[in-house]
Amino acid sequence: MMRLPRFHYFAPRELGEAVQVLAGEEDAMVIAGGTDLLPNMKRRQQTPRTLIGLRNIDALKRLRNGPDFTIGSGVTLTSLVEDEKIKSDYRGLWQAAAQVATPHLRNMGTLGGNICLDTRCNYYDQNYEWRKAIDFCMKKDGEICWVSTGSKKCLATSSTDTAPALISLGAKVKLVSANEERTLALKDLYQDDGIHYLKRRKGEILTEVMLPDSSGLRSTYWKLRRRGSFDFPVLAVAAAIEFDERDNIKDARVALGAVSSQPIVCATVNEFLQGKRLTDEVIEGAAALCAKAAKPVKNTDFAPHWRKRVLSRIATYALQELRGDDMRETRKKIARQYL
Amino acid sequence: MSNAETLSVVGKPRTRVDGADKVIGRTQFADDIILPRMLHCKLFRSHVPHAHIKSIDVSEAERHPGVKLILTGKDFSNEYGILPVSQDEQPLCKDKVRFVGDPVAAVIARDEFAAEEALARIEVEYEPIDTIADPIDGLNNPAARLHDYSEEGNIHKRLSYEFGDVEESLANSDHVFEDIFFFEGNTHLPMEQHAAVGLLEADGRITLWSSTQCPHYVQRAIAKALDVPASQIRVIASPNGGGFGGKSDPFNHEIVVVKAAMMLGRPVKICLNREEVFYCHRGRHPVLMKFRTGVNNDGALTGMHLQTVLDGGAYGSYGVASAFYTAVLQPVTYHLPRYAFDACRVFTNKPPCGPKRGHGTVQPRFGQEVQLDKIAEKLKIDPAALRLNIVEKPNALTANYLKIGSIGLAECIRKVTGRSGWKNKYGNLPEGKGIGIACSSYLTGAGNSIYWNAMPHSGVQLKLDRSGKVTVFCGATEIGQGSDDMLVVIIAEVLGIDPLAIRCVTGDTDLTPVDLGSYSSRVTLMMGNAAIQAAERARELIAPAVAKKFDAEVGSIAFANGQVFNVSNPGQSLSFQKAVVCAEEMHGTLGTTGSYRPPDPPGKYKGGGVGPSPAYSYTAAVIEVEVDGSTGWLTVPKVYIAHDLGRAMNPVLARGQVEGSVYMGLGEALMEESAFRRLPARLSNALVHREPSMLEYKSPTSHDMPEVITDFIECPDSNGPFGAKEAGQGPLLPIMPAVANAVYDAVGVRIDEVPITAEKILRALEDKAKGKPGRVGPTSFPAIEWPEPFRVPPPWEGGDGDAINKPQRKRAAKMHEMDQFRKVVSS
Amino acid sequence: MNGVTALKPVEQKNAHLSCKVNGEPAQVSVMPCKTLLEMLREDLQLTGTKHGCELGECGVCAVLIDGLPALSCLSLALDAEGRAIDTIEGLAEDAELHPLQSAFADLGGAQCGYCTPAILLTSKALLDKQPNPTREQIREALSGNLCRCTGYQQIFEAVEEAILRISQAEKQAAAGTG
Repeated sequence: MMRLPRFHYFAPRELGEAVQVLAGEEDAMVIAGGTDLLPNMKRRQQTPRTLIGLRNIDALKRLRNGPDFTIGSGVTLTSLVEDEKIKSDYRGLWQAAAQVATPHLRNMGTLGGNICLDTRCNYYDQNYEWRKAIDFCMKKDGEICWVSTGSKKCLATSSTDTAPALISLGAKVKLVSANEERTLALKDLYQDDGIHYLKRRKGEILTEVMLPDSSGLRSTYWKLRRRGSFDFPVLAVAAAIEFDERDNIKDARVALGAVSSQPIVCATVNEFLQGKRLTDEVIEGAAALCAKAAKPVKNTDFAPHWRKRVLSRIATYALQELRGDDMRETRKKIARQYL
Repeated sequence: MSNAETLSVVGKPRTRVDGADKVIGRTQFADDIILPRMLHCKLFRSHVPHAHIKSIDVSEAERHPGVKLILTGKDFSNEYGILPVSQDEQPLCKDKVRFVGDPVAAVIARDEFAAEEALARIEVEYEPIDTIADPIDGLNNPAARLHDYSEEGNIHKRLSYEFGDVEESLANSDHVFEDIFFFEGNTHLPMEQHAAVGLLEADGRITLWSSTQCPHYVQRAIAKALDVPASQIRVIASPNGGGFGGKSDPFNHEIVVVKAAMMLGRPVKICLNREEVFYCHRGRHPVLMKFRTGVNNDGALTGMHLQTVLDGGAYGSYGVASAFYTAVLQPVTYHLPRYAFDACRVFTNKPPCGPKRGHGTVQPRFGQEVQLDKIAEKLKIDPAALRLNIVEKPNALTANYLKIGSIGLAECIRKVTGRSGWKNKYGNLPEGKGIGIACSSYLTGAGNSIYWNAMPHSGVQLKLDRSGKVTVFCGATEIGQGSDDMLVVIIAEVLGIDPLAIRCVTGDTDLTPVDLGSYSSRVTLMMGNAAIQAAERARELIAPAVAKKFDAEVGSIAFANGQVFNVSNPGQSLSFQKAVVCAEEMHGTLGTTGSYRPPDPPGKYKGGGVGPSPAYSYTAAVIEVEVDGSTGWLTVPKVYIAHDLGRAMNPVLARGQVEGSVYMGLGEALMEESAFRRLPARLSNALVHREPSMLEYKSPTSHDMPEVITDFIECPDSNGPFGAKEAGQGPLLPIMPAVANAVYDAVGVRIDEVPITAEKILRALEDKAKGKPGRVGPTSFPAIEWPEPFRVPPPWEGGDGDAINKPQRKRAAKMHEMDQFRKVVSS
Repeated sequence: MNGVTALKPVEQKNAHLSCKVNGEPAQVSVMPCKTLLEMLREDLQLTGTKHGCELGECGVCAVLIDGLPALSCLSLALDAEGRAIDTIEGLAEDAELHPLQSAFADLGGAQCGYCTPAILLTSKALLDKQPNPTREQIREALSGNLCRCTGYQQIFEAVEEAILRISQAEKQAAAGTG
């Protein structure tokens, strides 16, 4: 039996308590669904002495309408998938959430947890004993990044499904610590470093995700992985496009998942699409730009050159779906299910 | 032996006898055993792939709170291993470690927490030896030798056989096809992780509960490793949470907990974690194969020369048998007038390979079936028709002296082609859609025991008493396949009673007669025949007693529907229970035995013992695929399978075996691989399993499983109980080649290696677009100096089943031109 | 050395918690670092809940927490406080098998039986929420439960048979009371 290391556990009912404890404890981490942190702890990738459980904090579990649609970070992925507004208005987020791991893990895992998901790497997501056999790696206990031994920074891969979808939808997040509260665009939460992939400050808890009004917006999320469930993405394309009444693109946001240490915002694609109609040629051009932006490395399932090579196809599918093409059978083949 | 119409239990869909226990969670797997004062064991495993052990310091670990005992290699007497010719395993490594995961020390503590904490306090000093990552390393670096007993350097074993002059046949054939294939290794991945509990009984005897498929062999291994008489050791096979061959070796952890229990006088449990299960392995060997096959214009095979190289991993395991199995069953499926094979197994610093579902025969079956597809295309013959024409004949004796009984293969082919609409679809589907066919055959039990002896392979004992209850005892092991149910079906049928009136006691070396274990698809046939004999002997006790009571002829006493009656005067009838009372009055306490030993094989040549089986099962599969040309993405929407299992004893379970085989075959075809990772040699010696986890070792989920249309072809074999043959392994074999052939039909590229992935398909498509051959697969086979072959003329060339020469075993030269293999293995 | 620091224990006493297990109140004294899986198997000796990886990668350890399928290997025992846990041991009502259980036994839904408890509980939760699921919904609901034996087909059929049996039983009950 894989065992957890020993730890102190706090299970506050109020957010205020949680941030106080987090500020006061050395070596503390917050835990929500536990589906990311607990395996990491069992493998000794993360060994906090203190855990602060967020699941009893009701304030984090709310979905609220307002100028923004606000989702508490403690909302489970299952609750997201079951929410009718998300299903109809924020389709890309719905498709992303519906494809995270498995139904069981979605019953446990939260939106906040998926946004903060630890970066993943085949050299890192291994038992302590296995990592010892390669003399560890840069991300934990070692020196070298085995993915690319000359690399100065860790190349672990951002594997969150919901973040690219949320970024394409223009999401903001709220971070709360004992002394302050700040809001930033979700895309600005990340940076391209497998170890310090979040620009979250010490003592901060991600409490809310805010989505702008979705009227006029169509969104989608395409995930590629070996199997129809369980697996993290080996690449993902999220896209949200606002069309004018003549089907010209008013605003486009494309984000890529699992091809870098952070979700990639494809600024060039967004600029390219501006004002255009989604003709086959335009889609082809945009898809090629997506592939250019991706930087897959050899630390996930499937070879990086293949991931880069097929990314343009997946981007094409995403844009075709947004154009209104019937992509259900293609979706079924890629996702192994209709979404 | 009986017509289907007269059978009342056999052949009827029934709730399996152990079904209720399984659905209420009461089936007690080994890790579910909790005993008073039980201690827990964890193993310290090597984190280096190949090294001499210079020193082991356990002093700090010993002082850790809760630790009761620490064992190291010096605490054990002898080496052990499943095959008498490969006694190369140690309970804990004494002087050398051979792969990352090889156990060096064991900590026994009050709980797993304390044991785990103590493990981190053990210090081992190693002196590294060169890492042997694959067969090329093994052959090029004989000095970095894993085992002193190997044939030469790191060559564990080479085999060479010739059944007729194949070169002459090839020279006279209309065509000669030469193809090279690679089959990547993969593993069983049973859902249950191996667990074992050792107990010292008050009288000094030892009991071991273990998730093992072969309690008898475990008992032998413990006796040898610990120098304890086998009569003092009781091994109880807990129901296995899946085996698939992965629990058929005796394991170091089993011997360790027995030793610890003996020293401490307290029960000791071990349950491996998932990573450790990957280190137990014994899974499918990576095999590089070369086929040279002669064919005439009509599609008839004239001869075949097959060569295989096996990456064996660090220990012998069943490896010598595996090497034979990469070749011996080719002639069982299609008629081959002449046949020759060479096989070479090489030791490498990886977890040992061994028997996985289809043991050794899966890899060359892939090669042959894909090659047949190429042959059919070249000769412009429909691949199904080509196969139909060359199916081996019933009751044939093959070129390598395997005696076949019933063959329902032609019927299987007709069934799957009819079901799938093959004629309309093959070659006619739109680009991107394809359909492929493949066939196979498999053993129904190995004709020889692991260790040579003249005793039964399976024994069954019956106890009957005045309550009317029948208790049946057999050493066979329930691993999920339904062996308990087979036992009950057969006894119930012969005695004409309700299966629920029978209680099973199985897999316990103290209580049950020896059965060799749940491997090689042997249980239904061997245990079944022993059960028939025991039950018939029980009838022989009951019938005279009832005849006496009825004042009737013994010969007119019959058993059916829970009654024993006089067929000449059906009014004379007793319940089975009353009949047993009569028998007990006449004979005293009632008990019978039955045993089974397979027929002696016709092949008398050295090595002829691997391959014979009392009966062979046959399968045909047609698989539909869809391939996206721009990504290579592969989807399998439908599988049609027909399996000749002689007779479906319980169709519910038989279907589960067939569909489970399809499932596992699809996993191997599409995604499963036991791949290894070597770090840049200038920086590290490391060689690790690339993905020892349930997440990264890809087992298909419910979303990935296509619809499967299953048909049984019941072609009874006179050697099988009620004609039954195996169902649990054979149906796996045609899946991988049928997928490969379907991919070719869909997009015109050949993937000559397994697994067949989108990456490989796309690479082949891109090559094809550039005018290169649209093929991914190995392109060269190493020049190995093979020993002089045993020359055994086939039966139709005047052979008597013996070799006509006495080959001297030559020393082999280094293997050259292995770069292709290296590329494939280490990529 | 890395290993020692990584495994350095935080000294702790057992925690006490109250929850409901299979409908009955339970008071448990448990090591605070244990998961629900360990608590069920080791402290309550409810060994019907199995484990295959303990990392959330196989689904074998699924139980129902407040009626929802969840992985006991990734749930802290401490978080069971105040919650209702259902395990395979509680699925049958007295001596009567749940229709899912009998259908699985009858139709080959259980081969080795190791993934079976989790699959039964997951199916139960599905039927509680959606009494007449399609094959695709069943497939999706069970997509977090690996089974190495069956190829899933007989499992799907067993769930569908259970649905029939449940509706027949309901009809009979309605006829009996009406």
